[in-house]
Amino acid sequence: MTKIKSLADLRKMKEEVQSKIKLRENSDNSGQLVQIKVGMATCGIASGAKDTMKFFIEELEQEAIDAVVTQTGCMGFCYAEPTVEVILPNKEPVIFGHVGKEKVHEIVDAYIKRGELVDGIIPVNFKTIDD
Amino acid sequence: MTDYKMHLLLCGGTGCKASESDEIKKELNRVLENHKLQDEVQVVSTGCFGFCEKGPIIKVLPDNTFYVQVTPHDAVEIVEEHVVKGRPVQHLLYTDPKTAKHIPDSKGMDFYKKQIRIALKNCGFINPENIDEYIARDGYQALGKCLTEMTQDEVIKEVKDSGLRGRGGGGFPTGLKWEITKNVENEQKYVVCNADEGDPGAFMDRSILEGDPHAVLEAMAICGYCIGADTGLIYIRAEYPLAIQRLKVAIKQAEDYGLIGDDIMGTGFNFRIELRYGAGAFVCGEETALIHSMEGLRGEPTFKPPFPSVSGYMGKPTNVNNVETFANIPVIINKGAAWFSSIGSEKSKGTKVFALAGKINNVGLIEVPMGTTLREVIYDIGGGIKNGKKFKAVQTGGPSGGCLTKEHLDIPIDYDNLIAAGSMMGSGGMIVMDEDDCMVSIAKFYLDFTLEESCGKCTPCRVGNKRLYEILDKITRGKGEVEDIEKLKELSGVIKDTALCGLGQTSPNPVLSTINNFEKEYLAHVLDEKCPAGQCKSLVRYDILEDACTGCTLCFRNCPVGAISGERRQPHYIDHNLCIKCGVCFEKCKFNAITIS
Repeated sequence: MTKIKSLADLRKMKEEVQSKIKLRENSDNSGQLVQIKVGMATCGIASGAKDTMKFFIEELEQEAIDAVVTQTGCMGFCYAEPTVEVILPNKEPVIFGHVGKEKVHEIVDAYIKRGELVDGIIPVNFKTIDD
Repeated sequence: MTDYKMHLLLCGGTGCKASESDEIKKELNRVLENHKLQDEVQVVSTGCFGFCEKGPIIKVLPDNTFYVQVTPHDAVEIVEEHVVKGRPVQHLLYTDPKTAKHIPDSKGMDFYKKQIRIALKNCGFINPENIDEYIARDGYQALGKCLTEMTQDEVIKEVKDSGLRGRGGGGFPTGLKWEITKNVENEQKYVVCNADEGDPGAFMDRSILEGDPHAVLEAMAICGYCIGADTGLIYIRAEYPLAIQRLKVAIKQAEDYGLIGDDIMGTGFNFRIELRYGAGAFVCGEETALIHSMEGLRGEPTFKPPFPSVSGYMGKPTNVNNVETFANIPVIINKGAAWFSSIGSEKSKGTKVFALAGKINNVGLIEVPMGTTLREVIYDIGGGIKNGKKFKAVQTGGPSGGCLTKEHLDIPIDYDNLIAAGSMMGSGGMIVMDEDDCMVSIAKFYLDFTLEESCGKCTPCRVGNKRLYEILDKITRGKGEVEDIEKLKELSGVIKDTALCGLGQTSPNPVLSTINNFEKEYLAHVLDEKCPAGQCKSLVRYDILEDACTGCTLCFRNCPVGAISGERRQPHYIDHNLCIKCGVCFEKCKFNAITIS
């Protein structure tokens, strides 16, 4: 593991990891990646987020869709757990609520494969510090 | 690939559903089909937009047009005007109350984004177990900036100028706390993160630690630099296993990168962070009790002064801050004190995270600028009260706080206003109550909690609260007298004045604030032996309405004590001597034939 030895090091590192993540977001070759973030705080896990993540991985594998499925913290929509954010290449992120097995199938089939929105989208209702 | 050119996002939240959003969806689809547009325009129902007062809401993509108070009747106009001809329907647009102008693009509407995420900026955005994602979002930049470009005093000044106040509930200015600890001379000092979150229904700190652990680590190191400490301790309850695991992963990753440990970023500054586990006692959130618990002693508070900043952990100067307070620090350093203090109200800067719970539609974690009103939180973000019931009260500050009522809905939330209204900010739990909640029972519930959690060291808290509880219990059983209300007030005053620590000094607050705001309800219990909300079991009576009962036998079959009798297809009866008032019959009855009085 490389140690970060100065602030300059850290800034360089930030650019590296940022471009790595950008690459993941903006790549326009045929191997476009779909990003899926599953809310995995205690609340999400208690409502079945671990299974949801598993279903996504299985379903995407079955459909041979190239995707990154990662975990993240609490998105704040506890009334709609498990919550999942899906980012299609070159598109705004979309958050879906109450994502059980059926919904995973629906999201993969309709939204990821065909670009159709499905019911259960949660509108983003907050500003970020970058806005 | 189906190529929809336009999406109509229709709010399907509970509030909008109640105002016919399902009907609107049907109507829109019908009109779209008439125009043969069903393959070009998709109607999607969404979760709550958080603007229920103006619901039902439709947002049109890609142009972001935002329609409010739509009725099924408007579907034709939306399709024919907007979808077909591309002309927004003017009268359905939101009107800005300040300028009285229609706002077509939802991006220009400030109400729609009432929340701003500072402490939660990475929560639900990054993978908390991957330090690279944190670094990509400016992670550890603030620490680097402090260590290489700023002196200790400059950092403290920045924190002071930002106006940040302790988010654990007390609201003490954070920068001042740092300065006091810095000015105490000692070789060894400590930074402590108070992650002993214990209010019923509160989960702000847990969510931050689970979603963005590095922010807390980074802030602790910054604090260590300012006050001259080389060790940070996180006091966290063992009942937060996921937060503990993520903190451990985060500490390991930061150590591997050399972002905590020895000679951080080549500056010669050393800072290590360790975890200390608590057993989940509420009193250990009090800083002196917390420190004793970390030292291996009983988690009991001691008298202040000396304050921890003078003599804390192992008798050394110790700076104790709450998780959320720390989570604000890196942003303040990165974006500057001026930016931070531009958010919020006059005396309370920045934002506050709240855990919304209770009888509210959108239970969840929210972060709003200080100065937001309770009404905005409950109706715009929280989506209003469950099942269309009436709002009654909201408890803030947990067992140390008080309840706020309808009259308080429009006061801007900040430290000072909440205290003036008879409650307190607390750590951020917000429990919403509706018309079915009995305020005497609520006060009893919190007292029960305090009784369990009192450490027993001082008499006012150990004995006084027990007596308070007994009087409340007597009232809920219909055995109370009018004098009891005076007794409650007097005893509460004595406990507040004489208890040793914050737990005891604030434990009568729920009692006092419910008496202040809902004295009528107390009087109904003691004078009429009635519980207006129908919650106090000893005071309610279940009866079957003869006219409404169909004799379906459902209540008879479900009654656990056999108190219900009657022939099939004939009205049933409740034997009040046998009835234990469990309410099962009331829940099971499909014909509303059971009344509570």
